[in-house]
Amino acid sequence: MNALPPFQTLLDRYAQDVMGLLRGAVGRSDAEDAFQETFIAALRAYPDLKDGRNLRGWLLTIAHRKAIDHHRARGRRPLPVAEVEEIAEASAEPLDEPTPGDDAWEAVAALPPKQRAAVTLRFGSDLPHAEIAAALGCSPEAARRSLHEGLRKLRKELA
Amino acid sequence: MTTTTEKAIDRFRERAAAEGLLDVAYASTDSPFGTLLLAQTPRGLIRIGLPNQDPDGLLEELAAKVSPRVLEAPARLDEARRELDRYFAGELRDFELPLDWSLSHGFRQQVLQGIAAIPYGETRTYTEMATGAGNPRAVRAAGSACGSNPIPLVVPCHRVLRLGGGLGGYAGGLAMKESLLALEAQRQR
Repeated sequence: MNALPPFQTLLDRYAQDVMGLLRGAVGRSDAEDAFQETFIAALRAYPDLKDGRNLRGWLLTIAHRKAIDHHRARGRRPLPVAEVEEIAEASAEPLDEPTPGDDAWEAVAALPPKQRAAVTLRFGSDLPHAEIAAALGCSPEAARRSLHEGLRKLRKELA
Repeated sequence: MTTTTEKAIDRFRERAAAEGLLDVAYASTDSPFGTLLLAQTPRGLIRIGLPNQDPDGLLEELAAKVSPRVLEAPARLDEARRELDRYFAGELRDFELPLDWSLSHGFRQQVLQGIAAIPYGETRTYTEMATGAGNPRAVRAAGSACGSNPIPLVVPCHRVLRLGGGLGGYAGGLAMKESLLALEAQRQR
């Protein structure tokens, strides 16, 4: 028998983590859309999921893929002018949780995809190395390297 | 949970329903007996959890038996909540909600459909229900069909008594069964 928990459990437990990762990966103003894409894709695929043991890792992997899709789509079209206003509006919202400085996340967004993912999974979602590896589909060693390399670039960028 | 995330979840819920991905919507609601859990599929109301039943256990059961796409979606249960409120206030005699019978099968489902037809304020015996479902000797099976009723209140298994008038059993406790019968008897006059 399929022992998957009610999907609501995933929302209750991991919605905040997914939002955190997406804010890091695509920025606050686009995180909401990417959040919808992530959870709709997850809900669609959920009944066919074979292994319910690492649901958090599974969700964050989908979120990560949606973030990559987002950047690809972004790369193919010119930035809309409204973008600037959107960002200004989004950051005018009261922050109800501690978030790293915007500069830091901008620098994160500029990293190559794997490094960016490793950094957001580690610090946006607080994932341990093994789960980052699972989410990225690589070995823990490779995940550690991507994270290390990403952090090295960030330090240089932000120094 | 931050408010932006909560808003995002609300929007997700609406979109899930719009895209036909909300297989089981649920909500809890207050009643004079305590909190009820209401669950519904696109076909209709499928499950009511009584106050003494563990809602998490019921939701896990729905995830396993119906679909794991189970989401809290209070707005989708508005109609069910309204009818139940009116029933408890003594203003509603016949529920009009569509029902999803898929949690019960065969003889049990026949018994339960018979129960659904017992008029407000009246009672029947387990023997009568067994007979109505086509097997007068299956009194015990009729009793266990009542006991496993997935949609109590709306399928009024509280109206089924022992031969001779004994209360029999009730998933929500005998005190609740007695109160429901008293409520209906009072409104009947």
